[in-house]
Amino acid sequence: MLARRNFLKVSLAAGGGLLLTASIPTFTKAATLGAPGPDAVALGAYLHIAPDGKVTITAKNPEVGQGVKMMLPMLIAEELDADWADVQIEQADLDRRYPGQTAGGSTATPLNWLPMRQVGAAARSMLIAAAAAQWSVPASECDTTPGRVRHIASDRSLSYGALATRAVSMPVPDVKDLPLKDPKTFRIIGQPTRNIEVPRIVTGQPIFGIDVSLPGMLYAVFQKCDVHGGKLVRSNVADIARLPGVRAAFEVKGGRDLRGLLDGVAVVADSWWQANRARQQLQITWDEGDIAGQSSADFAATALRMSQGAPETILRQDGNITTGLSRAAHVVEAAYSYPFLSHTDLEPQNCTAHVQDGHVEIWAPTQNPAPGAVLVAATLGIPDSAIKVHMVRAGGGFGRRLSNDYMVEAAWISKVVGAPVKLLWSREDDMRHDMYRPAGFHFFKGGVDATGRLIAFRDHFVTFSQDGAVASSADLGPTEYPARMVEHLEFATSMMPLRAPTGPMRAPRSNGFGFVFQSFLDELAHAAGIDPVQFAHGILGPPRLLPDPPGPRQGPGFHTGRMRGVIDLVAEKSGWGKQSLPKGTGMGLAYYFSHLGYFAEVIQATVSPQGEITVDKVWVAGDIGSQIINPLNAENQAQGAALDGISQALGQAITIQAGRVVEGNFDSVPPLRMRQAPPVEVHFLVTDHPPTGLGEPALPPALPALANAIFAATGQRIRSLPLRGHNLSTSA
Amino acid sequence: MPYIVDINGAKRSVDVDGETPLLWVLRDTLDLKGTKFGCGAAQCGACTVHLDGHPIRACQTPIASVGAARITTIEAIGESKIGQAVQAAWIELDVPQCGYCQAGQIMSATALLSRVPTPTDHDINTAMSGNVCRCATYTRIRSAIKRAALAGRT
Repeated sequence: MLARRNFLKVSLAAGGGLLLTASIPTFTKAATLGAPGPDAVALGAYLHIAPDGKVTITAKNPEVGQGVKMMLPMLIAEELDADWADVQIEQADLDRRYPGQTAGGSTATPLNWLPMRQVGAAARSMLIAAAAAQWSVPASECDTTPGRVRHIASDRSLSYGALATRAVSMPVPDVKDLPLKDPKTFRIIGQPTRNIEVPRIVTGQPIFGIDVSLPGMLYAVFQKCDVHGGKLVRSNVADIARLPGVRAAFEVKGGRDLRGLLDGVAVVADSWWQANRARQQLQITWDEGDIAGQSSADFAATALRMSQGAPETILRQDGNITTGLSRAAHVVEAAYSYPFLSHTDLEPQNCTAHVQDGHVEIWAPTQNPAPGAVLVAATLGIPDSAIKVHMVRAGGGFGRRLSNDYMVEAAWISKVVGAPVKLLWSREDDMRHDMYRPAGFHFFKGGVDATGRLIAFRDHFVTFSQDGAVASSADLGPTEYPARMVEHLEFATSMMPLRAPTGPMRAPRSNGFGFVFQSFLDELAHAAGIDPVQFAHGILGPPRLLPDPPGPRQGPGFHTGRMRGVIDLVAEKSGWGKQSLPKGTGMGLAYYFSHLGYFAEVIQATVSPQGEITVDKVWVAGDIGSQIINPLNAENQAQGAALDGISQALGQAITIQAGRVVEGNFDSVPPLRMRQAPPVEVHFLVTDHPPTGLGEPALPPALPALANAIFAATGQRIRSLPLRGHNLSTSA
Repeated sequence: MPYIVDINGAKRSVDVDGETPLLWVLRDTLDLKGTKFGCGAAQCGACTVHLDGHPIRACQTPIASVGAARITTIEAIGESKIGQAVQAAWIELDVPQCGYCQAGQIMSATALLSRVPTPTDHDINTAMSGNVCRCATYTRIRSAIKRAALAGRT
């Protein structure tokens, strides 16, 4: 009864010791919003303390380079009062006992900050109870030092290992009564902590999805129609089956879901290179359907035409935009846009599957294993319970691996050939069959009054629909900045039908909105002759919390004081307005709130007379609450996110032509390289708010900060990306 | 046909088509998974290995072209003093995020330091710009190369 009420279970581990399974209602919303969520989700973790004192903590979430495999165990170990040197970390499989096994939305920190600590605190409390029972003293007289329970009065102590087996029989504490540490006494949380995987990474150990190897495993490629969702009419598959090393080649009839199993031809061989070489000789006739005419150029022309008419939907209206603009001393009108983007995870999509006797075992570098298992079950016509998914370290995610198309392809191919199969996409497969960051077209009007105050702001956002609804990650919310802070404001949208699949990419929506909104605000500041920092102060006004309207996206609101805090910090650290920069060099500021994090960034850039851009330096200031859990990783993530944004801004675009993606490799989608990478200085403003995530929110300000720096350096306003489309080169 | 190749100091016999890229011989035939596939077009550097000490892209190196050259991969780079210093610097500065590119980065960095014991930023830019880090850990890669260079001098 007690165990049920507390959602805690203990059992004796195999080989002795304490095994703690915890399933605690989520406190995410409590942590970030101050109130419990409407549907409490359960969270769980494993903790195993062996008689020799080794503490094994299971990391439940997929690791894609964000560092969650370290972060979650650090939270547990802190409240357990473990000695970090005794801690070993194991990666969980997909398992019903662990809710929230996903890597997306920078949610792992706010979702797990409290429950994971409670897991550790519960185990510590039971170890104390076990020691107190052994010594026949009240538990209240005992406390812990790292890895040991002690009784100060009698100067006795016992190691966690020695107590672990006895602790199993102790009553399970009520999580509500568990004392948690005073953050001032943290010894693990807040310490720069090296990633335990790095020794394996630098010695080339086989730890990634692509490295999975099974006895008797075959290698597969899968050729789909480059016009997304095209249907297979006929192929020369019989000829392919006779090529060297090829074990099987067959046609696959898929469905209509662009994120599921699609039509294609599978080639399975003794080695991946043989499979891929045989694929080069495939001749396939496709029915490309009625969307083969779609192109990026047409989308741009259509968007411009739509902007000249009335918008389809008014998302938000404050005051009267016409009145507001008529009262403004300075009015600016500008059209902004950004292109489609591909995620370009460096490890191409892959999955290993073994279908046998109605069961499927899967090894997948995925950010989102649970929907993958459901997809495989539905496609293969087997129950969910017949699927086992191992979450393997992924060589980057960035949102691409939230979809599981590669997983269902691998399972299908394994089922057909009756052997374990590793499916690996080529780089071209990966770039041409992505869930793209949607392009977007924004038609702005803004007005500033004679005192320099922003009084009118309008955006007509022309975006995309898919199957009648707004395309994934192509929607604008009613609280996009500067909404709630401008007297006369209108957000409106219109949609163009799109066939290419879209999806979330690191800081979805924000990665495009940051560029257009923050660039246009900079444009307004300059039109009014006001320093951008002062202009931001004017919009934000006094420190206060602006609550979100009710709805599915309701969050904790937007705090103007936190935004101002990071703007002021980055201005101070960068020497904003205090430096006399040479001709051709300028600084740009941008700030953005996303994924519960407040970030402001300044970029200094130089543009040569020949138009070559050098990004000289980046300053990042972020407010993600009261605790930087692992400062060593936090700095790395913030640097990487800012450089990711710069990489996109400098050179990246996906072009759709005749319904298919033109680009196929890194020669046409240039990633940032060492010679282009500036130093990035990262500062965190620690504030008295619950800790929030860091994978995403440092990215959005980087793109507009760079565009604004180019304006400061040259007077050239950048209203579309990438920069290499503006007679600006990037030494790429 | 069978080829005898020198991989990490051992003669290995592999019976594959002569056009098979070294990358796939390493990964799928010899089960040395540390060398990574990223682009298949010498654009990303994830497959960097050493051929007689020089960094090459294994995805563009047919096995028939290797001959008697000595191939060194990430699995054995720690056997050299410089490689060991580079690995130690990578660990000390906690360079990786996802880690997928880092084997290639370490192979290029080790080759650089073998040639230029105290590289300038310009040397680092030149030697390392063929290796893409999608997570953009470039700041730390640069610092780690300098750290390893310092370790090599003492």
